[in-house]
Amino acid sequence: MSWLTDWLNYLPQMASGLSVSLLIAGISILLGFPLGLGLGVLVTHRNLVLRTLALAIVEIGRGAPALVILYLFYYGLPKFGIAFESITAACLALTWNAAAYSSEIIRAGLQSVARGQHEASSALGLSGRDAFFRVVMPQGIRSAIPGLMGVAIQMFQGTSLAYAIAVPELMKTAYNIGSQDFNYLQVFTLAGICYAVISMPATWITVFFEKRLARHA
Amino acid sequence: MDAFTAVLQGLPMTLLLTFAAFAIGIVGAVPLAVGLSAQNWLVRLLCRLFVDLVRGVPIIVWLFLLKFGIQIGTFKFNPVAAAIVGLGVVSIAYLAEIYRGGLQAVPRGQGEASDALGLSRSTTFYRVMVPQAFRVVSPSIATYLTGLLKDSSIASTIIVSEMVFQSQSFARQHPTVEGILPYVFVGVLYIVLSLPVAYISRRLDARMRKAIYV
Repeated sequence: MSWLTDWLNYLPQMASGLSVSLLIAGISILLGFPLGLGLGVLVTHRNLVLRTLALAIVEIGRGAPALVILYLFYYGLPKFGIAFESITAACLALTWNAAAYSSEIIRAGLQSVARGQHEASSALGLSGRDAFFRVVMPQGIRSAIPGLMGVAIQMFQGTSLAYAIAVPELMKTAYNIGSQDFNYLQVFTLAGICYAVISMPATWITVFFEKRLARHA
Repeated sequence: MDAFTAVLQGLPMTLLLTFAAFAIGIVGAVPLAVGLSAQNWLVRLLCRLFVDLVRGVPIIVWLFLLKFGIQIGTFKFNPVAAAIVGLGVVSIAYLAEIYRGGLQAVPRGQGEASDALGLSRSTTFYRVMVPQAFRVVSPSIATYLTGLLKDSSIASTIIVSEMVFQSQSFARQHPTVEGILPYVFVGVLYIVLSLPVAYISRRLDARMRKAIYV
């Protein structure tokens, strides 16, 4: 029973850590997905410079570990006089990550829209802009939804890396509690449960959406 | 070029972590994948819970649990062992899910045909299902390997001196503008290291596709 009473004592602090994790994840998703849509469109743009630039942003965001991007923002940029608070650095790094991963998923979604939809739009005399925003994008985003939910879960888990730059999120909170009374096993188990309680149902919902989408395809 | 050599010093450790964890995953995922597609619902459910739980908890939590939480008598994990075991268990869960998807992608008729031919269950599994499933999953495995390469950077948080750890300590010793270089180098190096995996995987995939369709 002592484990349970320990956990009950830890819970208020853990809850505040969890809320910071959720905040960081929320911000990086809310900023990252629209950016991802922009990058997803730009990587197929006619203009070579724009295309290359977008591709570089995507490839670095996907290819470099999130931890490296985090350090780059928090420890690297201040050397050029650009200093961020740790939580801002974490949000920016994860936003880059989210944008890079979601751009690939959104691009695949947009490309999966049947060719006939484009042709039908131009046959109806829709402008290029209308055809994209009213016909292609809604369908493309729809098929990208399970993938985007996966990225969202990945971002929530990725907030745990902000521990490394001392953001008071769930992992950092757990570490602080642990270093007070050396109950590392209890406190990290509880932290793991907190992450799992959110990630696991979210994964199940994602799988449900995937199956539903596959049925209608 | 000091920053670059500092980062390179961590390269062997990064490769060790990645390949050791990958080896654990490739082998360990086999029984779990079989469990995930078992006839018995209880076995299936338990394997599913294990996979989802391992994947639902961030890697850093697993590493800290192993490094700080586990003490049996006088036994404690050293950082490298904790990192390899942690990353290894996580790869088992991810690869099992990839294997399961591959096995499911093999048409049902293949199993039925093997039955009709009177092949034993193990022959059916190893000689008919697995080779076909492997063709489907090899690109996913390559993607996972590059993901694992990047995830090995998390070991730096439990003081394993791989590339990110090395770049971090170089940056700390050089608080000038030069201090940004190791982060840039290490980022580029991860991208460069993933290229051969992607290249080999694409060639392997192309070759196996030919083997099926010609």
